Amino acid sequence: MNGHVVPVKTYLAVFVALICFTLLTTAAAFVDMGRMNTVVALAIAVTKMLLVILFFMHVKYSPGLTRIVVLAGFFWLAILVALSLADELTRWWSPAAQPWGFLLPFLTGWR
Amino acid sequence: MAAHPVHPPGFAHQFVDMDQQHASGNLGMWVFLVTEIMFFGGLFASYIIYRALYLPAFETGSRLLDVRFGATNTAVLIASSLTMALAIHAAQTGKREAQVLFLVCTMLLGAAFIAIKLIFEWHHDWVDGLVPGLNWGYQGPHAHGVQLFFCFYFFMTGLHALHMVIGIGILTVLTIMAARGRFNEQYYFPLEISGLYWHFVDIVWIFLFPLLYLIGGRYAMGGPHG
Repeated sequence: MNGHVVPVKTYLAVFVALICFTLLTTAAAFVDMGRMNTVVALAIAVTKMLLVILFFMHVKYSPGLTRIVVLAGFFWLAILVALSLADELTRWWSPAAQPWGFLLPFLTGWR
Repeated sequence: MAAHPVHPPGFAHQFVDMDQQHASGNLGMWVFLVTEIMFFGGLFASYIIYRALYLPAFETGSRLLDVRFGATNTAVLIASSLTMALAIHAAQTGKREAQVLFLVCTMLLGAAFIAIKLIFEWHHDWVDGLVPGLNWGYQGPHAHGVQLFFCFYFFMTGLHALHMVIGIGILTVLTIMAARGRFNEQYYFPLEISGLYWHFVDIVWIFLFPLLYLIGGRYAMGGPHG
């Protein structure tokens, strides 16, 4: 005996949920919620992803080692996105855009 | 020479037992899928950054896509994930005809996805002059940034479609193996591992759909294809 046999009923329930979420997210795109539109769309996408990973990809029934590998993958992706944005979206915070900007403290201190 | 125990079909003899073989194969596939997460992740990260930098252009570009086909294709892919899961279920419960049937359904749904993409989306983009570098005719507001959006659009959906084509190739081999009765209740690992790949490609689309089609302020257009 190996592998967990997931009942067909579970697969069908997950399928119906995924289709409902697809209809919901499409309908939500036509409602003006301001910035919340993006949040709602991504929240629904993450929910759909979790349904696929847990049930279709059997991670709910997989050993801990597999779950750690899956989590590590998404954690690493989060680092990639977070640190890239931390750089790209904060560049205008500091005025030292000149190539010689690193010399400024020395120059001003000297005078 | 020591007597060699008879293996069950499909059992590779470096493993202790079928359970260990199953767990090792699954883990190995997941490690590969993590590299795929990073592969698509690089594109997603740059999409997020450029969307933040050129927000009005990306929203304009998003509204030039037809959400009806995006949504239909999402449903088609989800259905193909269901039939893939059912094919594995059929193997686990020892039903050979059902395996072949569900695998063929999965392939047909995958092919339908690519057909919808080619005929109703990419072809129209070409006719409308929305293909950067090859046929660009859009001169409306934010034309430069919209071109950048369509670069992302074609790279991301193109890379995704390439994964689908590879998946259909894998499914073809699996269908032949299933028809020849290579899988049973004890040994169905190629099906399960290929299933992981297929579901992963589904997940990529689950994110591409809202990122490309939905979050561009579509409510301002007054209709699904205005």
